[in-house]
Amino acid sequence: MSENTELNTFELSEEYQALSDAVREFADEEIAPVSAKHDEEHSFPYEIQSQMAEMGLFGLPFPEEYGGQGGDYFALCLALEQIARVDQSVAITLEAGVSLGAMPVYLFGTEEQKQQWLPQLASGQALAGFGLTEPEAGSDAGGTRTRAELKDGNWVINGGKEFITNSGTDITTLVTVTAVTGTTTTSDGREKKEISTILVPTDTPGFTAQKAYNKVGWNASDTHPLTFEDVTVPEANLLGQQGRGYANFLRILDEGRIAIAALSTGAAQGCLEEAIRYATEREQFGRSIGKNQAIAFKIARMRARVHQARLAYYDAASRMLKGKPFKTEAAIAKLVAGEAAMDNARDATQVFGGYGFINEFRVARHYRDSKILEVGEGTTEVQLMLIARELGL
Amino acid sequence: MSVNIVVPVKYVPDAQKQRQFREDLTVDRSDAILSELDEYPLEAALALREAAPEAEVTIVAVTVGPDEAAGAVKKALQMGADAAFHVNDAALAGSDALGTSAVLAAAIQHVGEEHGGVDLVLTGLASTDGEMSVVPAMLAERLDFALVSRAGTVEWGEDHNGLALTRATADATQTVAVSFPAVVSVTDQANEPRYPNFKAIMAAKKKPSAVLSLAEIGVDPTAVGRDAAAASVQSATARPPRAAGTKVQDEGEAGVQLAAYLAEQRLL
Repeated sequence: MSENTELNTFELSEEYQALSDAVREFADEEIAPVSAKHDEEHSFPYEIQSQMAEMGLFGLPFPEEYGGQGGDYFALCLALEQIARVDQSVAITLEAGVSLGAMPVYLFGTEEQKQQWLPQLASGQALAGFGLTEPEAGSDAGGTRTRAELKDGNWVINGGKEFITNSGTDITTLVTVTAVTGTTTTSDGREKKEISTILVPTDTPGFTAQKAYNKVGWNASDTHPLTFEDVTVPEANLLGQQGRGYANFLRILDEGRIAIAALSTGAAQGCLEEAIRYATEREQFGRSIGKNQAIAFKIARMRARVHQARLAYYDAASRMLKGKPFKTEAAIAKLVAGEAAMDNARDATQVFGGYGFINEFRVARHYRDSKILEVGEGTTEVQLMLIARELGL
Repeated sequence: MSVNIVVPVKYVPDAQKQRQFREDLTVDRSDAILSELDEYPLEAALALREAAPEAEVTIVAVTVGPDEAAGAVKKALQMGADAAFHVNDAALAGSDALGTSAVLAAAIQHVGEEHGGVDLVLTGLASTDGEMSVVPAMLAERLDFALVSRAGTVEWGEDHNGLALTRATADATQTVAVSFPAVVSVTDQANEPRYPNFKAIMAAKKKPSAVLSLAEIGVDPTAVGRDAAAASVQSATARPPRAAGTKVQDEGEAGVQLAAYLAEQRLL
């Protein structure tokens, strides 16, 4: 072997490991005991939110000057993985709060916008949402219909959004909204919508978070449709350059896929841990069910899926932090980790037999929660499209 | 003014996992963590520091043990201690509580020499492995400090020259004032220990942490360790698995049977 060969085996540094251990302990001791209750009641876990804020989890990837922890995006991923093991709703609240709520302000905001919004968001005292999806703009964000018109130095916004996470909690103060701000002509002469991003404080008149959805899973996560009726905010609330909204949110989604992959890995790991525990404890025909090869092999395969998912997101995160291209690797991580979560949830509920069909069991919750991991932050099909496109297909 | 607090911390087997003994009947600490009961005095020290910045509190974590014990001081630094000392010496193996307390007392005196005196030693209620609860009293005796054991709440006394404490006993709650220098053991009801955040984890790397030999703290190696121990473990038998319980089949009289069983066990 050449002396120059360097194979990165993704062993965690002492600091990453210490963070991961601390969040694991927090998840097991503080989140797990209240998960079933919030799931059943469809209630937002404010007490957990405030404990996560105290631990600095909402500030993980932001510099200390904006109230952050001075860590990086991978540190956030490790925290998401540990939390999603026991509760995907809590994990998505953190994921959306950081990577969809605060990150656009950090990446594209002016110094003034960062000073105004980041300290409260990075400390977890407040939450922000990211308003992108619309009834006719899902995977194709070009279908955006929400409009923002510049009148007398103000943006006047009209339209609506769908499925916006963290947009209606008692501590939500901001929603970043994509809106059509005009048209541009492309080089081949076609007219194209110009999309920009605008900061909308949630106390602005005309902004309404409608009744929360009745979802299949992620019941403790706060998700609403939003409507805008002549919502008027200062011109200075434009986030990033006018017309760069589309490019900006693609960047946010690329990063977000790594975070969702980490969350999915945690979900797959949570199913694995529960299946091992149950297969060891549960006895049928005079021995633990894990002694049956049919069960043992099922669990071995679950373990393999977790490993694959984790390596995929570690690799994508590592590329991103090194400043290398990571779009395809993020799509691959999102694809395999989302499928690992869903497949492991299905296998874990099978290991649990009848108990896997009872809502208060963690594996049953993972079964309901994991479906969205193949849909949100870009569907599995969108990931395949991105990977195929990179192959020139 | 300034107040120097020492928190002795121990690394112990994870209470969530199966405990193992080595061949020499000492506890196997190969997969160990910071003793949960030592997180409470540390949190109490951190809360005192945060409640009175003007008291200029310095918190020093001290541990006694082999290489793996470094994990306990590392966790203490990540939670917020300012500095750490780790007494690590081959002669320590097999020490009993008398030996351990002698080494801890010498280490605390060493901290005093480096930091201009020690005002307060905050300890846990007991270790989660040995569970003897004698070290705090032994430390107070060896250091000639006042002792208050099992404090349930810990607050500053007047002028930051001592503490105001409460102790809950079976039938009363005592309010106790103690002047420095003092040893105070803290119960697991005293507070909610914090989880270390990433900023503190990163900061812990830069905090002073020193490993000391017995010679460096002036302890005679022959006075500690297994040969010098006054108490030794003669045998260790794993607790037998719990016997199967009594099943009551309900054929219309389960309530009566249950009451009879409880009466028989003198539980009614």
